[in-house]
Amino acid sequence: MAENIGRIVGVNGNLLTVEFSKPVFQNETAFALSNDLRLKSEVVRIRGDYAELQVFEDTRGLKIGDRLEFSQELLAAELGPGLLAQVYDGLQNPLSDLAEAHGFFLKRGVYFQTLDREAVWKFTPQAREGDTLSSGETLGTVPEGLFSHRIMVPFGLKGRYTVSWIADAGEYTVEQPIARIKKDKENERDVSMLQHWPVKIPIQDYSERLRPNQPLNTKIRIIDTFFPIAKGGTYCIPGPFGAGKTVIQQLTSRHADVDVVVVAACGERAGEVVETIREFPELKDPKTGRSLMERTIIICNTSSMPVAAREASVYTAVTVSEYYRQMGLNVLLLADSTSRWAQALREVSGRLEEIPGEEAFPAYLESVIAAFYERAGQVRLKDGHFGSVTIGGTVSPAGGNFEEPVTQSTLKVVGAFHGLSRDRSDARRYPAIEPLESWSTYPGLVEREQLKAAQSIIRQGSEIAQMMKVIGEEGTTLEDFVLYLKAEFLDRVYLQQDAFDPVDGATAAKRQTHVFDRLLFILNKALHFETKDEARAFFHKLTQAAVDWNRTSMDRDEFKEQEQALIELADEVADYA
Amino acid sequence: MRRIYYRIDQIAGSVIILQAENVAYGELARVTSTRGTSLAQVIKLEGGRVSLQVFAGSRGVATDAKVQFLGRPMQTAYSEFLLGRVFTGTGLPRDNGPEITETAIPIGGPSVNPMKRIIPKKMIRTGVPMIDVFNTLVESQKIPIFSVPGEPYNQLMARIALQAEVDVIILGGMGLKHDDYLFFRDRLEEAGAMSRSIFYVHTAADPTVECLLVPDLSLAVAERFALDGKRVLTLLTDMANFADALKEISITMEQIPSYRGYPGDLYSQLAARYEKAVDFEGAGSITVLSVTSMPGDDVTHPIPDNTGYITEGQFYLRNGRIEPFGSLSRLKQKVNEQTRSDHRTIMNTMIQLYASARESREKQDMGFELSAWDNKLLRYGDLFEERMMDLEVNIPLEQALDRGWSILAECFEQKEVGLPSDLVRDYWPGGEDRSQTSEVRGQ
Ligand SMILES: Nc1ncnc2c1ncn2[C@@H]1O[C@H](COP(=O)(O)OP(=O)(O)O)[C@@H](O)[C@H]1O
Ligand SMILES: [Mg+2]
Repeated sequence: MAENIGRIVGVNGNLLTVEFSKPVFQNETAFALSNDLRLKSEVVRIRGDYAELQVFEDTRGLKIGDRLEFSQELLAAELGPGLLAQVYDGLQNPLSDLAEAHGFFLKRGVYFQTLDREAVWKFTPQAREGDTLSSGETLGTVPEGLFSHRIMVPFGLKGRYTVSWIADAGEYTVEQPIARIKKDKENERDVSMLQHWPVKIPIQDYSERLRPNQPLNTKIRIIDTFFPIAKGGTYCIPGPFGAGKTVIQQLTSRHADVDVVVVAACGERAGEVVETIREFPELKDPKTGRSLMERTIIICNTSSMPVAAREASVYTAVTVSEYYRQMGLNVLLLADSTSRWAQALREVSGRLEEIPGEEAFPAYLESVIAAFYERAGQVRLKDGHFGSVTIGGTVSPAGGNFEEPVTQSTLKVVGAFHGLSRDRSDARRYPAIEPLESWSTYPGLVEREQLKAAQSIIRQGSEIAQMMKVIGEEGTTLEDFVLYLKAEFLDRVYLQQDAFDPVDGATAAKRQTHVFDRLLFILNKALHFETKDEARAFFHKLTQAAVDWNRTSMDRDEFKEQEQALIELADEVADYA
Repeated sequence: MRRIYYRIDQIAGSVIILQAENVAYGELARVTSTRGTSLAQVIKLEGGRVSLQVFAGSRGVATDAKVQFLGRPMQTAYSEFLLGRVFTGTGLPRDNGPEITETAIPIGGPSVNPMKRIIPKKMIRTGVPMIDVFNTLVESQKIPIFSVPGEPYNQLMARIALQAEVDVIILGGMGLKHDDYLFFRDRLEEAGAMSRSIFYVHTAADPTVECLLVPDLSLAVAERFALDGKRVLTLLTDMANFADALKEISITMEQIPSYRGYPGDLYSQLAARYEKAVDFEGAGSITVLSVTSMPGDDVTHPIPDNTGYITEGQFYLRNGRIEPFGSLSRLKQKVNEQTRSDHRTIMNTMIQLYASARESREKQDMGFELSAWDNKLLRYGDLFEERMMDLEVNIPLEQALDRGWSILAECFEQKEVGLPSDLVRDYWPGGEDRSQTSEVRGQ
């Protein structure tokens, strides 16, 4: 492979202008070389003999005339066994290796291998010599933590290949060949456990993409019951700062009923991802009894890490997610925050002096966001198994105003919208998902009719509350007042959830359907009161009892007793006339 | 030696452009003109054209000014002798002391590897109940005071700095009024804290570009002290001036603004500074307390808005008090479980009741009927403001919690406040016999 070297003729922030002579392609990666520096970069525009590149690192020290080595490759993710439980930066550098080599601080221009080259994996062949397979089909497996990790025919290969050799069961490193596959005379190649895949191109080696129809339970009641998400679906969480976006994502990363969680910490606080890094190894996944870290991959490019690598971090995260989906697993990608990635696009676009769109975001923002969320999906693999990638992204709108380009572009493409409101978070009504504005297009846990009834209570309650602000309690009828109290009750004991309580913090699907049904049963009763004070006192008691019930584990006898007590409480005031 | 140039092609805003060779991006130059000497930094390379941002601004720079490239990026001195001293935004002495040139350290260095960060766990006591009880400050936290101009934010900041148990205090002043600088100096001197403090002060009269250097100098030095095992408190006031300096410079450089005139990278620029707050495993820590003045008391203004997305909460100063609503310490739950068994409950209950008290006040203002409960709440609201929120109140956490109980007991019946019974037994003034209660709790 002939070297392709260009020459730096301009440096503007992290944007380089490079003169080149041999062919160069769009989005090709390259390394800027200066003294002992070697800085990874990516071609973002080509004009005549000049290529413009964004550098993924601080460019201090680069000079005019410095060399730039084109790699003749697209920015790619390294895929293979050993990704689980790791913490990577946006370019898939293992941060623990970096810490070991360079201590407290990140060091630019230092790139470690993503996967350990020495580690050996216990390979069990599955295909036999003479089998014909196509890309994405399984050659064999290695155990990786909880899963059987499939070693597959490399993605993107066209046509069918015959297995001309397959390794015996045994231990191999990721670089050792485990099979040889052949299409024809020219097309024969060794396959190892390791492959590289360009991050901006979706992996499509499956037989069919399906509509997301399986609920993905998060154990957050307002989500699972009211605004559900689905395996293979997409959703977004916009909200002003402090409204609780990150806490919702952290809870979801713990409790979601999926196989693998990929956390993309994109341009937000380092401290938040540190919590995950430090706590997950200690936390047990109740489903598997193993540490949560074993099912988690963290890709982090926090706010003070190089801005240009934010984009790479979300694409790397989605590529890794697609890879584990290919093993028949359900993967959840949580990106916090997609706005930071959009801002990184805006910075590059500004340096390229492109014609700006709204709020100076580039005109292509919308299509980039749409294409990203399109990579979610539920698929049937070539062997008939199912796998999915679900994408949930937070959005951080300027001034908390949803009428801005990133929120609006995202809302056009996602299947569920969990809008957080400042009013609710100020009132400590966590999780602060606004029940009157959020929506979901996915099927949920409870019957449609029941859900409608609950939503109608909440809507009417809110209207009455608005009225009451104007005409006072005395101007409100007793009937309306009771409806208002019902809505407040449902809000307090079902929509709100105490993230820090071990029981209330995570409500399994079974419990949700049961509790929801019981609460509606109570709320559907016609309740009779003589005065508003009496009604208020009753709902106060009822709320207290329901809150206690929420904090009682479903396996305990008290659960049934408290449920009974609630119903009896309601019966005392029920109007059977 | 590096080459020296005497021909400047273009001068605009704080930027000069000249033809020069073998210049590195980010490199420093010394620009000497009749009005004096200033440092300048390379901000753009375009073929042979070099753009330099002149720290002292371009006023008086002549086309034949002397430009000498120094072959290194911006640095500052790190030494024990910095303590007790006051410097400008470029690190030159502002007091009458000698210039310090020991150990030059780079500024604006790389960020900490997230693997090397630890979860913060030490409370910083301030004696302000609205902080200690309701929004506890934590070592290594980054938190601004949001405030309209005219509020006593610098007084609050100085007070917190003096009460906090830290080894080193670094004050970064941006666009600071000279009076305010003197206030900080006098206050720290009076309290005998000046000998563990370092000031980097850019005043409103100094060149804009120097304002941008203040956080970087302050934090670079803070970082070294922290690596040497010191607990450092960095005070940055006023970060709105920093953001406005960024805006001014980006506009003079004809960059397309993103929102209300501010550059698109405002978030990243602020984050690069605030994220320097850290607790190093096995060494010291940096806590960042800043002031962000809010134009027009508007939290959605780009400066407080971007700041809020970066910092770990905010103290919202309004009408001379820290507002319980709008204020948030995102790290409080890391520490308030270990302080005292009633801390979290008092925090939640008192705030909820205060929210209800405000609702009752609204009712009262609207002329609606008030219930007996409303009247109790009104009384509670007044006592809460007088005995907890007032910034004159200066008591340790434990005393503040006790005071919380006595306010509750003064206004309400035990059963009205819905507190867990074990806590009521332990803390309700004149409550049950304590020896009996501890037996119950000991089970
Ligand atoms: N579900 C919740 N339960 C309790 N407190 C919460 C919850 N969600 C958010 N909070 C509080 O709000 C703070 C900010 O939440 P966070 O998720 O970091 O906001 P955002 O990411 O939207 O800026 C948290 O530190 C916590 O104190
Ligand atoms: Mg967040």
